[in-house]
Amino acid sequence: MDLFDILLSASFWAAAIRIASPLIFATLGELICERAGVLNLGIEGIMVAGAFAGWIAVWGGLPLWGGVAVAMITGMMLGLVHSILSVPFGLSQHVVGIGLTLLATSLTFYTYRVVLPEVSSPPKITAFQPYEIPLLSDLPIVGPALFSQTPLTYAGFVLAGLTAVVLYRTPLGLAVRAAGENPAAVAAQGLSVTAIRMGAVIVGSGFMAVGGAFLTLSAFDSFFFDMVNGRGWICIALVVFGAWKPGKAVLGAVLFAAFDALQIRLQQTGIGAVVPYQVFLMLPYFLSILALVVMSRRAEIPAALMVPFNKGER
Amino acid sequence: MSTTTEAQVVLRLQGITKRFGPVTANEEVSFDLHRGEVIALLGENGAGKTTLMNILFGQYTADAGEVELFGQPLPPGAPRAALDAGVGMVHQHFTLADNLTVWENIVLGVDDLSGLSLKPREVKSRIRALSERFHLKVDPSAKVGRLTVGERQRVEILKALYRDAKILILDEPTAVLTPQEAEALFATLEEAIATGLSVIFISHKLHEVMAISHRVLVLRHGQLVAERATDSTNREELAALMVGAEVAAPSIESAAPGAPLLSLREVSTPDHGAAPGLKSLNLTLAAGQITGLAGVSGNGQAALSDLLSGLITPASGEMMLAGQSIKNWSARSAIAQGIARIPEDRHKTGTIADFDLTENAILETYASRFSRRGWMDWARARAFTKDLIQTYDVRCPGPDIRIRLLSGGNMQKLILGRVLEEEPQIILANQPVRGLDIGAVNYVHEQLAKARDRGAAVLLISEDLDEIMQLSDVIHVISEGRLSPGFARGSMRPEELGGWMAGHGFDAEATDAA
Amino acid sequence: MRLEPIEAPSPARRIVPPALAMAATFLVAAALALIAGGNPFAVFGLILTGAFGSKFALLETLNSATPLIFTGLAIAVAFRAKLWNIGAEAQLYAGAVLTVILGTGALGLPSYLMLPLCGLAAMLAGALLLLGPALLKTRLGVDEVVTTLLFNFIFLLFVSYLLEGPLKDPMGMGWPKSARLTSEARLPRIVEGLRLHWGFALALVAALLVWVINTRTTLGYEMRAVGQNAEAAGFAGIPVTRVILKTALLSGGLAGLAGFSEVSGLKGALTLDLSPGFGYTGIVVAMLALLHPLGVVLAALFVAAIFVGADSMSRAVGVPSYIADIMLASALLFMVLAILLTKFRVRRD
Repeated sequence: MDLFDILLSASFWAAAIRIASPLIFATLGELICERAGVLNLGIEGIMVAGAFAGWIAVWGGLPLWGGVAVAMITGMMLGLVHSILSVPFGLSQHVVGIGLTLLATSLTFYTYRVVLPEVSSPPKITAFQPYEIPLLSDLPIVGPALFSQTPLTYAGFVLAGLTAVVLYRTPLGLAVRAAGENPAAVAAQGLSVTAIRMGAVIVGSGFMAVGGAFLTLSAFDSFFFDMVNGRGWICIALVVFGAWKPGKAVLGAVLFAAFDALQIRLQQTGIGAVVPYQVFLMLPYFLSILALVVMSRRAEIPAALMVPFNKGER
Repeated sequence: MSTTTEAQVVLRLQGITKRFGPVTANEEVSFDLHRGEVIALLGENGAGKTTLMNILFGQYTADAGEVELFGQPLPPGAPRAALDAGVGMVHQHFTLADNLTVWENIVLGVDDLSGLSLKPREVKSRIRALSERFHLKVDPSAKVGRLTVGERQRVEILKALYRDAKILILDEPTAVLTPQEAEALFATLEEAIATGLSVIFISHKLHEVMAISHRVLVLRHGQLVAERATDSTNREELAALMVGAEVAAPSIESAAPGAPLLSLREVSTPDHGAAPGLKSLNLTLAAGQITGLAGVSGNGQAALSDLLSGLITPASGEMMLAGQSIKNWSARSAIAQGIARIPEDRHKTGTIADFDLTENAILETYASRFSRRGWMDWARARAFTKDLIQTYDVRCPGPDIRIRLLSGGNMQKLILGRVLEEEPQIILANQPVRGLDIGAVNYVHEQLAKARDRGAAVLLISEDLDEIMQLSDVIHVISEGRLSPGFARGSMRPEELGGWMAGHGFDAEATDAA
Repeated sequence: MRLEPIEAPSPARRIVPPALAMAATFLVAAALALIAGGNPFAVFGLILTGAFGSKFALLETLNSATPLIFTGLAIAVAFRAKLWNIGAEAQLYAGAVLTVILGTGALGLPSYLMLPLCGLAAMLAGALLLLGPALLKTRLGVDEVVTTLLFNFIFLLFVSYLLEGPLKDPMGMGWPKSARLTSEARLPRIVEGLRLHWGFALALVAALLVWVINTRTTLGYEMRAVGQNAEAAGFAGIPVTRVILKTALLSGGLAGLAGFSEVSGLKGALTLDLSPGFGYTGIVVAMLALLHPLGVVLAALFVAAIFVGADSMSRAVGVPSYIADIMLASALLFMVLAILLTKFRVRRD
């Protein structure tokens, strides 16, 4: 199978969309935080916690969408911790984020061991199944690629549209975008920068956790310790790549995922026999760094990103 | 202008007191504002004007006293209350988001955050109507990041008018305008006042206060010390009231120029975002002379200052120091060549807030004077700092406290000491007195004059035309990166300089040269 | 609420918030221990005896503290200059790889040449690995947090490749493991018969050296100036870019030494589980130490004690040893908040 065959196969693009789905949720979450002026490096840990919380809830008897909700709430609670420390107290967003990732990850692993003390391999759940959208899924290539996904994938794309509409078409979105650019402008209009930023971090963290839960509830059917595996950090690069715009960020996630799907397939081709598999696994990370380098000269970065706001400061 | 005491009271402050720890920012401040009235709030930096406005806008809660708006008590600590009741404020540092358009900035916070749509079309047409009526020309769809300073101020005023403000508070509104733009602003205000708008005008420019207000309130150390009807007072009285005593500004005589110490020939630098670079600039700084650089902020002052500070290099043209063409230009070589640099922003550029006075005092010279082969000589650094503190009258507990705890004036004195200590031949003073009280202002001006008298070449960059005209032996105006010819002291009226500041005259100049 | 700087913090102001932070950390851990069915007092008791209760336990704690002192120093140095090096994990492995390449018999050098050579090479490897992200930061403005994080994943895959390929131990029976170092390349034990190796002493010396650099040299002054306010530093003529690059070299070098010390002093060979996250734990160590190099030694001992103690506690009662990681993460978050409260007062407006 050569490259051309791969790129034209529906199963390849179906895989790409599947791989992109968790990234879309988490990237949107990070984008919302950063648009309001907060870099959320807790993303990696929040995704781990979301993956576990959604899965354990379903394993405990909740329906799948109940698991998604549990993951979202878990993420929002972690977001609350981040936002309290980073917004009103204005602590270093680097340190708070890394600390939260460590905390969320270790809490997750601890809970896993407490809930499942004696298991050697984690139990499986019945995950989201693909749902073929009538008519659309019959289209050649596009149909099986785009319209035979699980409901959670569809939800991700809907969420992207929704995020864009809220950011660009509503008073709330206006306030969020202003809070990340010049918080003093928000405060001068009698709005609370603290509330807007905390809200953005909490909601954004909820999305990140759903991104994690996609892994356990849709992509796989179980929870493994290293399953998030740097996806959170990749999403931070995707936000930069997407120039802090939801549409471009989703596009970036799909492109990135297509590349990831490609490297998996290339491993099985003639190239895979010559090149060590680790090289293929490195590619996504290199790609992320490359995206950061290429996009570094852009000026779209929110001007008040990582700048705490202390109201009435003289 | 007539007073309007019989008119309806729109705003009443009653016994407002606010303390920050041991500092009393406002003490028992009470006054009324009437419909269609302009009152000027006059006071030095730190007199409590900003705190008072922050209380009005609910950013702070007063420790005592109350505010009444249109006869209704204003709930304390509720930022939206004053806005919703019809008070608008144009801050000195604009509160606009650069990534948003004009109309987006204007509707920010107008609608409830739970609203579903922004209705851009309606908003824009309303803005157009308002800007036509009050002669505030601006494109509602433009990104604010691309606007000039004057346009931004118009957006700020439109923001207030869009919300149907009945009371408009203007904080130092002319600081960033040319005299002509300021005139236009006053004309707009006159029209708005005629429709019943009331204005609080915060300023320290006495001639403007005299021109536009009906009544003047003077704040000093947080207290309302005087109230005067504008037509029964004069500038001298107001100045004395503001400072609390007669303070004579140093009288600075003009001096004859000496040898040229630094010259720029056809120097250009690239634009930096919205800030213009220098456009084929020619400038000579002569020994024993203060050269004043007037201009509206954001017209290339930053580029010129960065260039002389060693932060950027010319893209084209030549820079000569004492007759030598300069190569390998950097901040360190600028310091080594004896250029004393007083930066525009002493908090961000001039000092490191959490460094102590010693560490700040040696910032420019630690490598050459306070270390040997990479080892710091802290004992010497500390002794040096103690000397500086003495010589330059820096009021502080000692060299070991963090500079963040000093007042602006004392911080500036330490910076002055740091750069003047080695008797530099060239001094670049960029906005050296911004935000200082009159005592400190006079001190800085005296030091600059003293340096000039011993033969230094001084470049004074300021947006305050009065300061430029008071100190400079020769005045240049900068506009969009271009430099006017030098005008001798006293040869130009402010309005004429204002014309150059607005960009007039440069083209004629170019044609003449051609 | 509003934060108001305190001019002269009283002794109580300086001590009470950090003490409360530690108390809160232990409270969180106690609650979690209860949830897992353990008696908190018994759990803390077991952690304490597990870390210090016997000569063996104590030496184990010191050995575990060794790599944490190195990575803690690496991060303290970088963070002080606001260079956000989150890649100490990869830099540690880079040092370990170089140690293995040089120390498994390729060179027939005596011990007194072999050890310094391996150490220096390890430092160089770690330093160069951080130089990349540092250059991306200074040249292109690429945020180093993400690049150093991503480098961790890339470099670990690279190590995995090495251990399955060029560096694979021919006698390893298929395990991804390097050949063992020759005895010339092994750091000896401080006292024969006890497990503590000279890497610990080296770590103490490194801490002392970093302290001297910070307080006595122009580089230390420059690094702090750049970290506190790069704009003012640049204006004053401090070569900001060069200082950041020097910081990166020093920081990466210290992390590289951690790899050298682990392979040469403790393990004797390189495996993929050489570091259970020393690079990340170093962040906690550095923050708990308030970025002070001598504080790093104390913080590393504290952190190591919790890890070693929790391990032994976990074997005795059923409380998972991840409780140690939770304690450290919450200590970090509580502590940064506490430090803020020693300098600022929270006021209602």
